[in-house]
Amino acid sequence: MTISIPPSNPEPLKSLQPKGWMRYLSFSLDHKVIGLQYMVCGFIFYLIGGALASAIRIELTSPMSDFMARDVYNQVLTLHGTIMIFLWIVPVVNGAFGNYLIPFYVGARDMAFPRLNAVAFWLIPPAGLMLISSYFINGAAQSGWTAYPPLSITTPAAGQIIWIISVLLLGGSSIFGGINFIATILKLRRPGLKLMQLPMYCWAMLGTSILVVLSTPVLAGTLILLSFDIVAHTGFFNPELGGNVIVYQHLFWFYSHPAVYIMVLPAFGLVSEILPVHCRKPLFGYTTMVYSIMGIVFLGLIVWAHHMFTSGTPPWMRLFFTIATAFIAVPTGIKFFNWVATLWGGRISLNTAILFSCGFIVNFVLGGITGVALAQVPFDVHVHDTYFVVAHFHYIVYGGSVFVIFSSIYHWFPKATGKMLNENLGRFHFLITFIGFNLCFAPQHWLGLNGMPRRVAEYDPQFTFVNQISSAGALLMALSTLPFLWNVFHSLFKGDEAGDNPWRGLTPEWLTSSPPPVENWNGEAPLVTEPYGYGKTKVPEPLNQIGTKD
Amino acid sequence: MTTTTPLEKDSQSEVPEKGSTHEHADHRLFGLITFLIADGMTFAGFFAAYLTFKAVNPLLPDAIYELELPLPTLNTVLLLVSSATFHRAGNALQKQNSKLCQKWLLITASLGLAFLASQMVEYFTLPFGLTDNLYASTFYALTGFHGLHVTLGSILIFIVWWQVKAPGGQLTHKNSFLLEAAELYWHFVDGIWVILFIILYLL
Repeated sequence: MTISIPPSNPEPLKSLQPKGWMRYLSFSLDHKVIGLQYMVCGFIFYLIGGALASAIRIELTSPMSDFMARDVYNQVLTLHGTIMIFLWIVPVVNGAFGNYLIPFYVGARDMAFPRLNAVAFWLIPPAGLMLISSYFINGAAQSGWTAYPPLSITTPAAGQIIWIISVLLLGGSSIFGGINFIATILKLRRPGLKLMQLPMYCWAMLGTSILVVLSTPVLAGTLILLSFDIVAHTGFFNPELGGNVIVYQHLFWFYSHPAVYIMVLPAFGLVSEILPVHCRKPLFGYTTMVYSIMGIVFLGLIVWAHHMFTSGTPPWMRLFFTIATAFIAVPTGIKFFNWVATLWGGRISLNTAILFSCGFIVNFVLGGITGVALAQVPFDVHVHDTYFVVAHFHYIVYGGSVFVIFSSIYHWFPKATGKMLNENLGRFHFLITFIGFNLCFAPQHWLGLNGMPRRVAEYDPQFTFVNQISSAGALLMALSTLPFLWNVFHSLFKGDEAGDNPWRGLTPEWLTSSPPPVENWNGEAPLVTEPYGYGKTKVPEPLNQIGTKD
Repeated sequence: MTTTTPLEKDSQSEVPEKGSTHEHADHRLFGLITFLIADGMTFAGFFAAYLTFKAVNPLLPDAIYELELPLPTLNTVLLLVSSATFHRAGNALQKQNSKLCQKWLLITASLGLAFLASQMVEYFTLPFGLTDNLYASTFYALTGFHGLHVTLGSILIFIVWWQVKAPGGQLTHKNSFLLEAAELYWHFVDGIWVILFIILYLL
C-alpha cells in the first residue's frame, strides 16, 4: 500500500476570494483559479494567433501578395509568432498546468508565493493587449518574433518598441512563475515525500523553471539594449555605428533556444502523466526519465548557435554546436522510447486524451528527426530560412506542445470542472486536427527543400499547388477548434458528472473532489509515494467523503 | 525589480491571508536567491556582450580613451565598506539594539548615495557621451544598469530603516526578513560592481 489518506476534516475551508465565475476575473491567490486563468487567457490568444495564421495561409494560396500588403504580411507574421509563443504555449504549458497541478503533486495547499503567482498571471493580459493594439496604432513590429537587427532597427519604431515592452513584461511573468515553481517543488513538498517519488511533471517543471530563470533574463537584457538602439540611437547592434548584429543573435538564441525546451519539456511531463493512467501501467524508466530531463536542461543551454550556422559562425563553433545538438537526441530518444515502452502491452483505452498523446509522440519524433538533420551544418546551410525550418518548428511546437495541451485538457477537464467532455466529439476533434496539421506542415518540408524562403509574402509560381495543399490543411486546423469549443461549452453545462476519479488515476490530484476544494484537501494531503503504481496499488475507493465540493 | 514581491503570509499577522489555517516555513529568502540568480544572468548577458564587442569590434584610435581610475576605485571602496556596515546593522538588530541598527543602516544608505553622487561626477567629467561609439554606449549601459540597482537598493535601505525606527515597527530581531533580504540584495549589487570594475576599468 503506497497511498495513505489521513482522516478528513469535517468543516470545509472557505475562501475569502469572490465566489462563482467572478473569481476568475479577480486577483485570486488560489493556484487552481490562477491555473484556469492562464488556461482561458492563453486559449483566447491561441484563437487570435490562429486567426493570424489563417490570414498567412490565405495570403500564401497565391504567389502574389493580393490578400494583404507586404508590410501588413510582415506584421501579421510577427504577431502570429509572438502571440503563439509568449502568450499561448509558454503560459499554458507552464503557467496553466503548472499552477493547477504542481501543488497537488508536492502535497501542498498552494504555491510557495501565492501573491507573486497572481502578479505573474496579471502581467500577461495587459502585455498581450498592448502587443495586439500596436497593430492599430502605427503598425505592429515587422521583424518576426526574432526581432533581428538591423531589420528591427530600420522598420517603424513604435511597433517594435511596443513589441519589446510586451515581451519584457511576459518575460518577467515567466521568471516570477519559474521562481515560484522552483521554490514549490524543492521546498514545499509534503513531509515524507522524496524527490524521486514525485510525478514526472514536477521534474519537467523543475527543469523548465531552471531554464527560465537562467535564460530569460539574458533576453531581457538584450531587448533593453535593442530598445536603446531604436530610441536613443546607440549602436550596439547597428553596424553603421560600429555595432555587431551577431552579438544580438548570440544573446537572443541564448534565451530562444532554451525557449523551445521551455515550451516542450512541460509537455513531456504532461504526456508522462497521461500515458500511464490510460494504459494502466507504471511509467517506464522513471529514473532515466528524470536524468534525461536534466540532461536536456544542461545541453539545451549550450546549443544556441546552431540557429546561426549561416551567420558567419567560425568552423570550430559550428563543430561544437553540431555535436552538442546531436547529443540532445540521446536524452530525447530515451524519453521517446520510454513512452513507447509505457504503452507497450498496456490495457490502452483509446480515448481522446491518449489519442492526442499518441499524436504527439508521432509528430514529435518527426520533428525531432528533422531537428537532428538541421543540426548538421552541410544540410542546414541549404535549408536555412526556408520552409523546411518552418515545418520542423511547427512539428515541435504544434505537433508537440499543442497536441499535449489538448490531450491534457481532455485529461484534466473532469478534475477542474467536475464534468466529462464528450468523447465522440473529442475523437472527431483529434482526427481533423491530426489530418489538418500533417496536411498543413508535411508539404512544407518539400517546399523548403526546393528553396521556398520563409517569411515572404510572395513566392515562385512553381510552389503554388503545394502551398494550396498546405492552406487546405490550415483550413482543417482552423475548423478543428469548432468541435472543441462546442464540446467544452456544451460539457460545461450539460456534460456527464465526472465524479472524483473518472480515470482511476493514482496521482494526488485525483484523490480529492472534482473540482477540488479551496486549499485542495479538507484534511491532510495524501502521501503518494508511487504515483505510477498501476497494477500494484489498489486505486482508493470513493473519495467523496474526503473533500467537499467548493 | 524590487526584492519584496515574493511576499508570503506574514507569520506574525493575525488575520489569515486567504482563510487559511495552514502555515508553512518561510521560503521567501530562497525565492529571493533564485531571483538574484536571474538578475545576475542579466548582468552576465551584458558582460558577455561587452567582452565580445571588445574582442571582435576594435575601435578606431580616436575613440579609445583611458578611463581615470581614482574615482571608480573610490566607488569600489565605498560599496565594499557599505556591505560591511549593512552587516553590522543586521548584527545590531539580532542583539535587539534598534538604535545601533538604525545608525548602521543610515551609514549604509549614505555610502550608497555617495556612490551614486560619485558616479554622477564621473559621468559629467567623461569626455564621451552615450551615443559616441560602441564602447561609450556599453559603458553607460553597464554602469547605468548597475546604478539603477544601487538606487533601488538605497531606497530599500531607507524603507528598512523606517520599519526599524517606526514605533511598533514590523522589523524586530524575530521578524527580520526585510532586513535580511535587503542585505542579501545589497551584497549582490556590491559583488556585481566588483566584477564590473574589473571588466570595465581594469581589463
